[in-house]
Amino acid sequence: MKKNYSEHTLHNGLKILLREIHTAPLISSWVWYRVGSRDEPSGRTGISHWVEHMQFKGTPRFPATSLDRDISRDGGIWNAFTFMDWTTYLETMPADKMDLGLRLEADRMTNSLFDEKEVASERTVVMSEREGNENEPLFLLGEAVQQAAFRVHPYHHEIIGDMVDLKSMSREDLYQHYRTYYIPNNAIIAVAGDFKTSEMLARLRELFEPIPAGPVPPRLDRPEPAPAGEHRLTVEGPGETSYLDISYHAPAGNDPDFYAISVLDSLLAGASGLNIFGGGGLSNKTSRLYRALVEKELAVGLGGTVLTTVDPYLYSFNITVHPERTPEQVLKAFDDEVKRIQDAPVQAEEVSRAIKQARALFAYQSENITSQASWLGHAEMFASYDWFLTFLDKLAGVTPLDIQKAAQKYLRVQNRVVGTYIPNGMEAQA
Amino acid sequence: MSKHQDSLPGPDDITRVTIPNGITILARANFSSPSVVIGGHLACGSLFDTDEKSGLADFTSLSLMRGTETRDFQQIFDALESAGAALSVGAGAHNTGFSGRSLSEDLPLLLGLLADVLRHPTFPAEQIERLRAQFLSSLAQRAQDTAEVASITFDQIVFKGHPYSRPEDGWPETIRAIQRDDLAAFHRQYYGARGMVIAVVGAIEPKTAVEQVVEILGDWSNAEQVELPDLPPLRPLKKVVTRKVKIQGKSQSDLIVGAAGPHRKDPDYIADTLGNSALGQFGLGGRIGNVVREKSGLAYYASSTLNAGIGPGSWAVSAGVNPANVQKAQKLIIDEIERFVEDGVTSEELEDSQSNFIGRMPLSLESNSGVANALLNIERYDLGLDYFRRYPEMVRAVTPEQVLAAARKYLDPQRLAIAIAGP
Repeated sequence: MKKNYSEHTLHNGLKILLREIHTAPLISSWVWYRVGSRDEPSGRTGISHWVEHMQFKGTPRFPATSLDRDISRDGGIWNAFTFMDWTTYLETMPADKMDLGLRLEADRMTNSLFDEKEVASERTVVMSEREGNENEPLFLLGEAVQQAAFRVHPYHHEIIGDMVDLKSMSREDLYQHYRTYYIPNNAIIAVAGDFKTSEMLARLRELFEPIPAGPVPPRLDRPEPAPAGEHRLTVEGPGETSYLDISYHAPAGNDPDFYAISVLDSLLAGASGLNIFGGGGLSNKTSRLYRALVEKELAVGLGGTVLTTVDPYLYSFNITVHPERTPEQVLKAFDDEVKRIQDAPVQAEEVSRAIKQARALFAYQSENITSQASWLGHAEMFASYDWFLTFLDKLAGVTPLDIQKAAQKYLRVQNRVVGTYIPNGMEAQA
Repeated sequence: MSKHQDSLPGPDDITRVTIPNGITILARANFSSPSVVIGGHLACGSLFDTDEKSGLADFTSLSLMRGTETRDFQQIFDALESAGAALSVGAGAHNTGFSGRSLSEDLPLLLGLLADVLRHPTFPAEQIERLRAQFLSSLAQRAQDTAEVASITFDQIVFKGHPYSRPEDGWPETIRAIQRDDLAAFHRQYYGARGMVIAVVGAIEPKTAVEQVVEILGDWSNAEQVELPDLPPLRPLKKVVTRKVKIQGKSQSDLIVGAAGPHRKDPDYIADTLGNSALGQFGLGGRIGNVVREKSGLAYYASSTLNAGIGPGSWAVSAGVNPANVQKAQKLIIDEIERFVEDGVTSEELEDSQSNFIGRMPLSLESNSGVANALLNIERYDLGLDYFRRYPEMVRAVTPEQVLAAARKYLDPQRLAIAIAGP
C-alpha cells in the first residue's frame, strides 16, 4: 500500500501524524496523551477524566468562555474522551479556521488554570455524570464485572471513578496529575483533512516545539495474574429486566490473536466497528448467538464488545434476558453455542462474510474526516497507524482454525466473570 | 487550502424526480468513499393509531422485516448482513421512515430488500409474537429510563387531547392488545407509493440511482391507500402544569421545562432556532448550560431543544440532576426562560449563533447520511433545492427583535409544562 500519511517527531518528543484528505473543506485534529484510568491508584480513581473536564476551563490566554465561543462561532466541534489507556482532545473545523484549534491545544498542553472555583463546580458536574451512569443497569453490572476481573491490574475501576474519590480529590491532586502527564513527549498530535503537509507541519512546529519536554511519566505496571477459576456475581437494582454480562479475559489490541478475536466476535455476536464512537455497527440477527438465544426466545437482545486496549482487557457479551426466562437458562444456551465454535471449525464462507462486513464498516467510517483523523492517533496508542492500515488484510488472513483456537484459548469458563443483574421488581408509578 | 465552492447541495447537483405512482426520488453523488446511504419515508404513521392500540404504526413498521412472501426473517437479514449492509424501518407521527446503507456495489440488493419488505410483508405469527416480547421488554426498559419517562410525561402535558400526546411506541397494554391481523390491515390500508420519498446519496451516479429505484418501486400502487387525517387544533396551556413520575432506586432525576413550539414551516422558524441556540445550545449549552452546569455545577447535561415538524413542535429545556437538586435546577431554568422572554438575546449572542449556524454547514453536510437527511427535509417542508445556498443569507437577516418576538410567541413563564422523572 502506498503510504498516504507522514510521521514526524519534534525535538521535544511530540510525535506528529499528518494525512491529507481533500474531500471536504474540513480539518480534524486530535491530541492524544498516554494517560487514562489505568494510571490511577486507589484514592485517585476518576482523576484522568476529571482533568479532561478541567481542560475546558480555560488558560490565561483562552479563558473558558471565550474558548467555547470562538470555536463554536467558527462552526467547529470540539470534544474530549478519556479511556482506560489514553485521553484525547479533538477539534474538527472548517479548514480555514483550523488554526484556532491548534493554538488552543498547544496552549492547554501546559497553561490550563485549574481555578479553585472551577474545580469545585466541576466536582459536582462529574458526580452528576456518575449518577446518570448509575441510572443504567448495565453500567452497574459492568462496573461489578470489571472489578471482579481485575484484582491487580488498574483496569479494575470505571473511568468515571468512585464517588468517594470524586468527593475527596483536591485541586492540587488534579493539577499534579495534569502537569505529570501533559507533556509533549507523552503525546501525539494527529491531523487529517484539507491542508498541505509542509504548511501544517511548519505551523505545528511553530506552536508546539517551544513546549519543554518533561520526565517520561511511569505507567502502573501490574499485570493481572491468570484467573484461578470462574467468578460469578450478582447486582440487584430497580426494574423488571434481567441482564447478563459474560466477560472473558482477552488479548491486547496489538496481540496477533486480536484479529481472530475480531472475526470470532463477528460470527458470535455480529460485526461492529472499532471506531471509538462505537457507530457504524450492523444488525446482528444472523449471528450465532442471536440465532441461539433471541430466535429461541431465551433473550430479547445481545451484543459483543472487544476493545483495542494496551494491556489485555475483556471480551464482553451483554445479554438482555427474555421476560419469561431465567439468566441460568440463557447462560446454559450461551455455553452450548460457545462449545459449538470450540469443537468444530467454522465454514470458510463465514470468515469471508466477516471480512466483507469489516470492509463495509471501514468504508462507512471513511465518509467522515473526524473518524479518519481519529484512527491516525488512536492506533498509535496501542500499536501504530500501520495497524489500522493493514487491519483488513490481517483479518483476511484469519483461518477457520485460528478462530477455533482463539475460542478454545479465550472462551474458557475459568477465564471469565459472569455477572447477573437481578431486578428487584420495583415498578415505576405514574 | 483548496476550494470547495460547490460543496453545499444545490439545484445543480441534486436530482429530484417524481414518478407516475407518486414516489419522489432525490439523489446526489459523493464518490469520496465507496458507500451509499438511502433514507426516506411513506405517508403513514402513528396518526392512524387509536388510544386502545397505540403503537400500531410502529409495531407494523418493525414487523416488515420479519418475513415477506419470498424471504423469511433469517433470509432477509442474511442478505443484508452478508453484504455488510444495514436497513431499518420505524414509525413517527406522520411518516413511516426507513434508512439504510451499503457499499455502492450492493445498492441494488439494498433497494431490492427495501421494496420487498415495504410491499410484500407476511407478518408471520411466530415472528410477531417474538417481536412482541422484545417490544414489551423495551417498554419495560423505557419505564426505567428517567430521560424517556420525563419526555413522554412532558408530551402528555403539552399535547393533552392531541394525537402527539401518545408515545409512538405505545404502552405495554396497547402492544398486548394488537393482533397480527391489525398489523396486516394497517399495512394494507396505509402503505403505498403515494407520498413516498426516497433519497439516495453516495458513490452512485444520480441517474443510475433513479433507474434502480424506478425498477423496484415504479410499479407499486395501492388503490386502497388512505390519506392521513388532519391534525386537530392544539389547546395551549393556561397555567403552569407540573407532573412528577416516581422511578424508585435511581440516582438521578430528569427534568424538562417548556411549551409547545413552532411548525417547521412557520416563517419565524429560523429566528426560533437562533433564539434556542442562545438559550440552551451554543457552545456548551448557551445560557442554560452556563447557569446550570458551568456556574452551579448542578448537572452533567443541561440544554434546550427545539423540535419542529409538520404539526406543532416543542421548545423545552432539559437537565439531568441529583434528586435533591430538582427544585434548585427548576428555579434556575425558569429564571432563565423569564429573562429570555423579557429581554431576548443581545446582538452579540445572536451574532455568535448566526456565525455558528453558517460555519457548521460543511460539517453537518459532510457524510452521506447528513446530506440524505438534508434532502429529505427540503422535500418534506418544501424548502426548495437552493435552500442550503440561500441559508446563510436567511440566517444573517434575523434581528434580535425577531428572536424576542419568537421567544414571546412560544414561551410564557406563566404557562409552562414541567415534567420530572426520578426517585
